[in-house]
Amino acid sequence: MAGGGPITGPALSTGPAAGGEGLSQSAPVPGALVTPPTGVVTGTFWRRFTLRRPLAALIIQRLGLSVGLLFAVSLMIFGGVEALPGDFATTYLGQSATPQAVENIRKDLGLDKPLTERYLNWLGGAVKGDFGTSWASKNSVSEQIGNRLGNSLFLAFFAALVSVPLAVALGMLAVQYRNRLPDKIINVVSLAAISLPEFFVGYLLILFFAVQLGVATFPATVYDSMGFGERLSAIALPVATLVLVVLAHMMRMTRAAILNVMSSAYVETAELKGLSAFRIIAKHAAPNAVAPVINVIALNLAYLVVGVVVVEVVFVYPGMGQYMVDAVTVRDMPVVQACGLIFAAFYIFLNMAADILAILANPRLRHPR
Amino acid sequence: MSDYKNYLANQVKIGKMNRREFMGRAMAAGIALSSASTLFAASAAAQEPKRGGHLKLGLEGGSATDALDPAKALSQVLFCVGRNWGDLLVESHPLTGAAVPALAESWEPSPDAAVWTFKIRKGVQFHDGKELTIEDVVKTLQRHTDEKSESGALGVMKSIKTIENKGGDLVLTLTEGNADLPLLLSDYHLIIQPGGGYDNPNAAIGTGPYKLTSFEAGVRATFEKNPNDWNPNRGYVDSVEIINMNDATARIAALSSGQVHYINRVDPKTVALLKRAPTVEILSTAGRGHYVFIMHCDKAPFDNNDLRMALKYAMDRENMVQTILGGYGKVGNDFPINSTYALFPEGIEQRVYDPDKAAFHYKKSGHSGPVLLRTSDVAFPGAVDAAVLYQASAKKAGIEIEVKREPGDGYWSNVWNVQPFSTSYWGGRPTQDQMYSTAYLSTADWNDTKFKRPDFDKILLEARSELDETKRKEMYRTMAMMVRDEGGLILPMFNDFVNASTKQVKGYVHDIGNDMSNGYVATRVWLDA
Repeated sequence: MAGGGPITGPALSTGPAAGGEGLSQSAPVPGALVTPPTGVVTGTFWRRFTLRRPLAALIIQRLGLSVGLLFAVSLMIFGGVEALPGDFATTYLGQSATPQAVENIRKDLGLDKPLTERYLNWLGGAVKGDFGTSWASKNSVSEQIGNRLGNSLFLAFFAALVSVPLAVALGMLAVQYRNRLPDKIINVVSLAAISLPEFFVGYLLILFFAVQLGVATFPATVYDSMGFGERLSAIALPVATLVLVVLAHMMRMTRAAILNVMSSAYVETAELKGLSAFRIIAKHAAPNAVAPVINVIALNLAYLVVGVVVVEVVFVYPGMGQYMVDAVTVRDMPVVQACGLIFAAFYIFLNMAADILAILANPRLRHPR
Repeated sequence: MSDYKNYLANQVKIGKMNRREFMGRAMAAGIALSSASTLFAASAAAQEPKRGGHLKLGLEGGSATDALDPAKALSQVLFCVGRNWGDLLVESHPLTGAAVPALAESWEPSPDAAVWTFKIRKGVQFHDGKELTIEDVVKTLQRHTDEKSESGALGVMKSIKTIENKGGDLVLTLTEGNADLPLLLSDYHLIIQPGGGYDNPNAAIGTGPYKLTSFEAGVRATFEKNPNDWNPNRGYVDSVEIINMNDATARIAALSSGQVHYINRVDPKTVALLKRAPTVEILSTAGRGHYVFIMHCDKAPFDNNDLRMALKYAMDRENMVQTILGGYGKVGNDFPINSTYALFPEGIEQRVYDPDKAAFHYKKSGHSGPVLLRTSDVAFPGAVDAAVLYQASAKKAGIEIEVKREPGDGYWSNVWNVQPFSTSYWGGRPTQDQMYSTAYLSTADWNDTKFKRPDFDKILLEARSELDETKRKEMYRTMAMMVRDEGGLILPMFNDFVNASTKQVKGYVHDIGNDMSNGYVATRVWLDA
């Protein structure tokens, strides 16, 4: 997704945890916090505010930036869809396009107008919160997205609910039994799970649990009239797939971050004090290792919301990803734009949340050197 | 014809076809009609439809951008959805392709076949309780005729000059005589809607056997039985659910685990595996759809008929059917008509792979250097593989073909009908006249071989208003020969429609009209507990 760009790199993980094995993505971006970006009102007030309330300053700054980012994203999506061969009229009609029908659709939707005018028209509506109607189905975009986004979040929520505690727990377990059998088993299994493509994991689960054993619900299609229990049963397999896919990444990051901290002097002190291994990990190592872990969790959560289109297709689950792909296929610009903005907003929000949580967990990050 | 008979017999032998299927297809092909009908009647009597149950279909071909308006229906899912809630004036016979009454009870042409009078069925109710009137019919047809409409039937409706209500009957006046007019009205877009659908084209209120109860584009559609259906011989189940499944493996998994009763678009490559499942039945139906390699007759180097002939002889058709269709199809003969069409011209010699003849014509054409063929997997399933196979078979004749894989996005607007040599597909049409008029008439928008022959056009127009069938058949033979020997069409194969169901599903009709029992699958089958 286009939202990845400048916000993906955790800007705040400059603490002692940085620079260990597997931490390549937490490249420090020094000064991101203190130096106000150009364009934001500077001066002594802002500087003092930044120093006194770093958290509030950060949030305000990030919110300002995210508006700009969303704007850039919408511009990029618009340009990207424009650059694809064929416009809505020709791709929607496909082989059955006649010049007359193409002409009718173009005129109807104003596709004959210049690029900038169309973009500004759309932007005018979007600023007011009106995403317009889908060109293809003539339904309200907001209404349809509401439905699909709800489904996506439902799936992501349960996948996160299972995978995040599991990953962190397994990571700690691996550290405790470092280089012994449990650690090795956890490592091998999680590596195997991450190496298999997600559709393959999905197919394997379907084969065993739906086709051969017949215990799981398949397809995982959810719809309005479904009860909560039915929904849970429907999403069991996709959730299991997603958990297997994201688990290894988070688990290994947890393990690496804690191991990195474990080799520092204060942990050695703790060991010399005679504290139990688990207490050292939980009390002394974990808070210092939490920043990179939170960042990788945030990335995986973002993936669970915006990147699961393959899983949606395999399990016939009506989520946002499939909705956006369908729209891109026929160049249904209002839908593509709205989906793109929502995805970008998710990335921005989750990254911001990750930074804030990292600061809360480790007060030293509030006053960067 | 004997080829086809042998094919049918063979299919029975190798177990690809049960007796009922065999009879249906034998009848469609006009083989031993009397004995076929006796047996057919016997087998029909043995199969008394059961009513009730919840039928679930897992179908490919829907998307979140689907709208219910029948004028704009393009996808496979919408095609099937429309069949459930709506009715046409005229339907086509599943086995012979002839026009049969639906909402029009009967019709009468003028002697020159230019004015047609249709009697509309009485006492038919829409799902909202309103009675079907002649006004609804007139307005529906008008909506699809409107130049500003985006109706997929616009091309079909162009030849209708006026649509009138004369004393309660529908009178259509055409710009020129057309003996096939009733079949034109069997176009699946032309669903009769109350008030013509002007008020709310997406309402999905019709006269069909099922009422739409919910619809979520690209996800799911549900139906319940219409208790006031005018036609008692359809709509056997209580409720229908169509689930949109665009992933081939998901469809197969859903079918083999019994979560759905019927799936469409079974990949020929995996058919053999699916067949092993004890609960599954493969439903393969001969159709009119065909996969084509098209050359523009008016662009160099394809403006040379010797080069075109060389390329036609360089095609290994048998191999294509086996490899690309997994045997689920028939070889083509370089004209777009097969024996499922009425008035099929029999006895035209089958063109076979002949590297010597190909080399001979290639030399005579004087062409040298590679011939550029553009393809993409959106052209038809396996199109890129087919192009590579073709490249290999042509190489043996000394013809070098360069295969260029084009992006699937924009293929239909940038490559097909634009570039001089490409791969494509055709879905077939209800009549020979329509097939030729759509793609082989000089002035047709979709004349994708740029076959521009005034003599051909003349015969086509004459045949259209010819009511004498013998003469008409002779004309169609002449036209077929012209396209086969002088056109830009290489037609290696007619593809079967390959679908599958659980063994619970009974009464499936192999309709030659189109895929999924011509879209009527849910209205025709019943569930055997």
